[in-house]
Amino acid sequence: MAEVLVYVDHVDGAVRKPTLELLTLARRIGEPVAVALGNGAADTAAALAEHGAVKVLTHDAAEYADYLVVPKVDALQAAYEAVSPVAVLVPSSAEAKEIAARLAVRIGSGIITDAVDLEAGDEGPVATQSVFAASFSTKSRVAKGTPVITVKPNSAAVEAAPAAGTVEALDVTFGALATGTKVTGRTPRESTGRPELTEAAIVVSGGRGVNGAENFPIIEALADSLGAAVGASRAAVDAGWYPHTNQVGQTGKSVSPQLYIANGISGAIQHRAGMQTSKTIVAVNKDAEAPIFDLVDYGVVGDLFDVVPQLTEEINSRKG
Amino acid sequence: MSLRIVVTVKYVPDATGDRHFADDLTVDRDDVDGLLSELDEYAVEQALQIADEADDAEITILTVGPEDAKDALRKALSMGADKAIHVEDDDLHGTDAIGTSLVLAKAIEKAGYDLVISGMASTDGTMGVVPALLAERLGVPQVTLLSEVSVEDGTVKGRRDGDAASELLEASLPAVVSVTDQSGEARYPSFKGIMAAKKKPVQSWDLSDLDIEAEEVGLEGAWTAVDSAAERPARTAGTIVKDEGEGGKQLAEFLAGQKFI
Ligand SMILES: Cc1cc2nc3c(=O)[nH]c(=O)nc-3n(C[C@H](O)[C@H](O)[C@H](O)COP(=O)(O)OP(=O)(O)OC[C@H]3O[C@@H](n4cnc5c(N)ncnc54)[C@H](O)[C@@H]3O)c2cc1C
Ligand SMILES: Nc1ncnc2c1ncn2[C@@H]1O[C@H](COP(=O)(O)O)[C@@H](O)[C@H]1O
Repeated sequence: MAEVLVYVDHVDGAVRKPTLELLTLARRIGEPVAVALGNGAADTAAALAEHGAVKVLTHDAAEYADYLVVPKVDALQAAYEAVSPVAVLVPSSAEAKEIAARLAVRIGSGIITDAVDLEAGDEGPVATQSVFAASFSTKSRVAKGTPVITVKPNSAAVEAAPAAGTVEALDVTFGALATGTKVTGRTPRESTGRPELTEAAIVVSGGRGVNGAENFPIIEALADSLGAAVGASRAAVDAGWYPHTNQVGQTGKSVSPQLYIANGISGAIQHRAGMQTSKTIVAVNKDAEAPIFDLVDYGVVGDLFDVVPQLTEEINSRKG
Repeated sequence: MSLRIVVTVKYVPDATGDRHFADDLTVDRDDVDGLLSELDEYAVEQALQIADEADDAEITILTVGPEDAKDALRKALSMGADKAIHVEDDDLHGTDAIGTSLVLAKAIEKAGYDLVISGMASTDGTMGVVPALLAERLGVPQVTLLSEVSVEDGTVKGRRDGDAASELLEASLPAVVSVTDQSGEARYPSFKGIMAAKKKPVQSWDLSDLDIEAEEVGLEGAWTAVDSAAERPARTAGTIVKDEGEGGKQLAEFLAGQKFI
């Protein structure tokens, strides 16, 4: 059966959820062969095998942490040449998209980014994309070469599908450009203990209406009552009330959770671009005319400082 | 020697307009006003700041796009850039990211450069891959998605705020940089700047100037094919209640009904 190369996003051996989703999609096209690079690469094998990887190609070298992007492109290219896959699937993280793009040029292939679904088709994999701030849905194919496709988080359900997951060492020779951009310092992001924004089933966001960093705990308390991730509009981020890593929208994260709760957010097109594909949308806003209400399944016109704490309390008491 | 900076900017349909597709499934550019992609204003701004710090620098704005893309070039020139190059050719219609990066790379090489600065993503395609593609094609370091950037003694340094970590990066010139919207507000063109821009040189190049064959680009040459585009059905109108003191509880009831609680 045809093999599909899957690039693994992991943190020291812990496979991130979007990669497991990718394995679900990969199995629609062929047999997944995973490529895991860097520290802990071999530790990914058990989780990958559990979700359908027939083979796991691993390689670790100092270059992956010490230099930006290119060493990983060299390795993915080595895997591509070793496997001759029918498609290469990569998670849509900022870094992985760059890796995928450079690989595509090297192997003479087209690239599709940010797919939200993938099916097998007569002329190769067909990718669904959500464009123009998610107001359109397109179906496209790669027309030249081996399709390279990056896929957004939450595009498929994680499914257990045990496979061999045989670990093999990948042979990688770094090119001259691999050491072009040196990483001279790294400050890991502190964990908040909350789910990852792009992977969360529920996202609770705050905007300008939250009116100050000192009020964000109201949003966090609601998030925690639901086991949700916390998001913010750009207005809230630009004001310095919440970190940029939590920004939802065109220049922040795009999220597609089961439930999105927007508090004090007007619903500008750039914000909608990042959350419009959420399954259920709820908003609390004191302005009945706010455009966010055009999107909602349920909306409360009211002051978030009254509504949100009452909601949190009600949720906590129902949980008992 | 002078520091030669090339800033790549894209002319895009206004995101707040009613964007849609043309019959050939390319982005419709006729019915919605176009403008300089807001995210590329940040690239122009950082180029201006880097040029201010350098003893001697020259900023060239480069775009690949239709006739009207000149508006984007004028805007960047009015912000303070020195000159502009417009790659324009009927055969470019429908070119995808891989093709665009080919045209940009050839034009950058022809123009001559020490530093290329791009935006983080275009506001229409939002792929965010062209800067990496340029670095690959030009064979120079990529120092991308920077929220802070500076150039000193032939070295570019920057900070990349990623999901897992914030990284400090360094590469020697020539290099390709992309900057995010966290890099600092872009300046507004002054009246003087707008007047001065009218006299700044704008060169026009076509595919033959860049030794690119028509088959390598455009809709026919595209590396990807869009088979269909459908407008998302409008979300069905939801329930909207006014808070009369029980809004939080009503919302909890809704969430419980949907099994979120
Ligand atoms: C190139 C570009 C990229 C962008 N990228 C992004 C992006 O990634 N993400 C993003 O979010 N934006 C982005 N924006 C900005 C976007 O256009 C809006 O400016 C932004 O989303 C507004 O944030 P907001 O809704 O919090 O603020 P506002 O639009 O000011 O809305 C605040 C809302 O809060 C309500 N409110 C106030 N007080 C209360 C209260 N006590 N209780 C209840 N409601 C209250 C108000 O009625 C109002 O509707 C981008 C813009 C550009 C040009
Ligand atoms: N047609 C174009 N002309 C000039 N620059 C472009 C063009 N397309 C993309 N770019 C540059 O590449 C960046 C990323 O674009 P993209 O990969 O299309 O999201 C943009 O911010 C621009 O700096």
